[in-house]
Amino acid sequence: MSELKTAEQHNAPLTGESQSHGRPVDFHDYLRRCLYIFIAILCATSLMIWISYLPEHYTWAAKVGMILAVASANAFVVAGFLMHLISEKKMIYTVLAFTVFFVIGLFALTLYAMHDFPTGTTH
Amino acid sequence: MEIPYAIHPRPDTGLYNAKLGIWLFLASEVMLFGGLFSGYVLLRVGADQWPHGWLNVTLGTANTVILALSAITTLLAWVACKVGQFGKFKFFHACTLLLALTFLGIKSYEYHDKWIHYEIKLTDGTFADGHMRENDPSKDYVKIEGRIVNDETALYDLRNQGKIKMAEMEIPRAQIKSMENYGPWHNTYLALYFTLTGLHALHILGGSIVIGYLWGPGRRMWKTDHERFTNRIEVSGLFWHFVDLVWIFLFPVLYLT
Repeated sequence: MSELKTAEQHNAPLTGESQSHGRPVDFHDYLRRCLYIFIAILCATSLMIWISYLPEHYTWAAKVGMILAVASANAFVVAGFLMHLISEKKMIYTVLAFTVFFVIGLFALTLYAMHDFPTGTTH
Repeated sequence: MEIPYAIHPRPDTGLYNAKLGIWLFLASEVMLFGGLFSGYVLLRVGADQWPHGWLNVTLGTANTVILALSAITTLLAWVACKVGQFGKFKFFHACTLLLALTFLGIKSYEYHDKWIHYEIKLTDGTFADGHMRENDPSKDYVKIEGRIVNDETALYDLRNQGKIKMAEMEIPRAQIKSMENYGPWHNTYLALYFTLTGLHALHILGGSIVIGYLWGPGRRMWKTDHERFTNRIEVSGLFWHFVDLVWIFLFPVLYLT
């Protein structure tokens, strides 16, 4: 453990701040930001649960649509802020653009297969 | 020979090797889970009936909160690395590990609950459904805590049935036509549930091993190569956030719709 303390003294930045994506990293700033993100995730999860218990006159398709919209917003918060995708390098966006293209293709093939979906998947 | 850009980013891309590598890996993971999700859509749309209310939403919500919290702690562990605060790094990484193990514990409980849940077709055409309490092959009866329904379809949608009254009952083996637990073979829904959540749980387990290593023996690198260690924490964190992202979609798809 004493070795590690020495390491901290020798290798770690002395100011308590470092760089991330060209900006200084401040622990307390991140802590505050993380709190907001956590609250946002809690709100989104609560909203999804509330939508799932909406009365019968909301159609199943409407409920699924609303729940997936909230889930997507939730995913945006996680990917955008926790994974720093909101301010990532161009190369990462290029990789993800290809991924999105192929995933859309994958789901499009599924939709296309609706003409010929397997029968007998009763439940 | 030193491998270039193993620690410092390549000037033109702004990325070090491991970061580009993890994003390429995550892209392949998106395709893996994308394929399973599209399979789910295909099978669900083709189904005449689909079970509702079979999973415990409270436990699913708890796991959502746990995983969200672990995503936060893994980010804070990386920030602690960035600012060189070893104590905070150790604390937040330990929190991530504990939360991951809690997630797996809850998931195991849910799996066990399904494993001991049986649907028993009786010779008179009715169905006994409930949790197995005694299934000793030497005895001529099985004991379950559940209920009897006349029609199997009554077991599909449990959302609007209120608090279902369960009773302990002994069923003579002579009255049992067939008996099956709620494993992945029971129906399409459970096959998808176990496949999707099982693969996700394996990712959690894999991530936990990496996090555990970086928290334990791997942290020696803090001393020898701090910058590289911070990169490792960032890369493992990206994988962890991806695992959280997958759960963000798994939870509503399996528990709420």
